[in-house]
Amino acid sequence: MKPPPFDYCCPDTLDEVLTLLAEHGEAAKVIAGGQSLVPMLNLRALHPGVLIDINRLPGLDHISLEDGQLRVGALARHKAVLESAAVSEASPLMALAYPYVSHGPIRNRGTLCGNLCHNDPASEMPAVALASGAEMVLQSAGGTRTVAAEDFFTGMLSTAAEANEILVEVRVPRAPAGQGAGFHEVSPRKGDFAYVAVGATLQVADGACTGARIVCAGVGDGPHRAYAAEDALTGAAPGDDAFRQAAAAAADSIDPSEDFHADADYRRDLVRSLTRRALADAASRCN
Amino acid sequence: MTTPRTVELVVNGEHRAGDAEPRMLLSDFLREQLGLTGTHVGCEHGVCGACTVLVNGEAARSCLMLAVQAAGTEVRTIEGLGGVDDMHPLQEAFWEKHGLQCGFCTPGMLMTAVELLESTPNPSLDDIREAISSNLCRCTGYQTIVEAVQAAAERMQGEAQ
Ligand SMILES: Cc1cc2nc3c(=O)[nH]c(=O)nc-3n(C[C@H](O)[C@H](O)[C@H](O)COP(=O)(O)OP(=O)(O)OC[C@H]3O[C@@H](n4cnc5c(N)ncnc54)[C@H](O)[C@@H]3O)c2cc1C
Ligand code: FES
Ligand code: FES
Repeated sequence: MKPPPFDYCCPDTLDEVLTLLAEHGEAAKVIAGGQSLVPMLNLRALHPGVLIDINRLPGLDHISLEDGQLRVGALARHKAVLESAAVSEASPLMALAYPYVSHGPIRNRGTLCGNLCHNDPASEMPAVALASGAEMVLQSAGGTRTVAAEDFFTGMLSTAAEANEILVEVRVPRAPAGQGAGFHEVSPRKGDFAYVAVGATLQVADGACTGARIVCAGVGDGPHRAYAAEDALTGAAPGDDAFRQAAAAAADSIDPSEDFHADADYRRDLVRSLTRRALADAASRCN
Repeated sequence: MTTPRTVELVVNGEHRAGDAEPRMLLSDFLREQLGLTGTHVGCEHGVCGACTVLVNGEAARSCLMLAVQAAGTEVRTIEGLGGVDDMHPLQEAFWEKHGLQCGFCTPGMLMTAVELLESTPNPSLDDIREAISSNLCRCTGYQTIVEAVQAAAERMQGEAQ
């Protein structure tokens, strides 16, 4: 048996989950799809005292578009999000990026909310959440609070969620009308974690770029927003000259980690190439 | 409690039960408690696909599921697909097209392909490649596996007509 010993509960209500989290604190771990947590347990990188399985909770698998917001509940599986019409309508960037999130059998069980809570630095959705101004709805026995994506992802495999909180829902504002999106990734096999991924959204008014967003995954401790590259685009005429300059600024803005897959120079090169491609795609989809 | 509890589930159409500590993986439960050693274990972190089974009809990594989480589900493993005398069209096609050499990846490849053909009876070559993209094979080079899945799809389509 690979995992270390732990206790296991599988409550039927959210109240029970919150009570258990309040009781066990740091010793407890929530298990949703298990597609990141169980590998960590098998590697004995984690030694939780108790796993709290949320898979039996009713009513948390929603994917809906309400009041101009896409709302995805804690038990919405990757597969359902990938296939959701509400997602393609509300967030073209998320829809473009989702096919890169893991493989079929992993998507059958893994959840979007679990993915955001895990915050793997090479993960696509934290970057998409950052680009889209998403909000995380966190609930504990003490109440509910909402945390913006830019405050939620706090570093390598860590987030602003406290040990006694669960992410019940992520809310993504509907993309503004006319916005175009692009997403490109390089990974060992399609569906594997990215070496580097870049997402971009763009609006064009009177022949000039406005409101550009450029985000990268796989380049550091977590999702990275390339502010300097966005600034370089503001007011520029959309086209290859502007996109090259922005891509260079994006590559300059990162201090990538190295591993046996990809060294820092290669990751910087990838950011440069993928930013240009993502921006070109985004521009072609603006209207 | 970290002490074992009884897990009851349906495996390949039969009601089965066995004891499992919470930390026991479904892969180990199938192999060690139920004696179903057809489900292979390679990496135990979700990457190789050798341990893929169907849980309530959907492909899942049995190394990334706890046995206790499978309580009350319906699991299909390679043992339920077909035997020597009544092979599934996929098994026949893997045999004919040389879709296996050492056979280590084969149970996971077959169960992944079963899910594909049950949801997409007429898959394109890209559909097939995408479906098996998370299953590692160290022997075949994959082409013969893709050909085998395609041949099985054609045969099953023919039988359905
Ligand atoms: C082979 C393989 C390839 C993969 N490729 C990719 C990829 O390309 N891109 C990618 O992004 N991911 C990839 N993944 C990871 C996959 O997307 C996971 O599904 C995801 O990261 C975690 O979601 P989960 O529901 O499985 O969470 P779990 O594994 O159950 O949990 C992950 C972490 O989040 C916590 N958690 C889960 N849900 C909640 C909640 N609602 N509230 C609070 N805490 C919670 C858990 O306590 C744990 O710490 C891959 C995984 C595998 C095995
Ligand atoms: S053993 Fe489960 S995926 Fe490798
Ligand atoms: S046949 Fe040997 S690993 Fe695939």
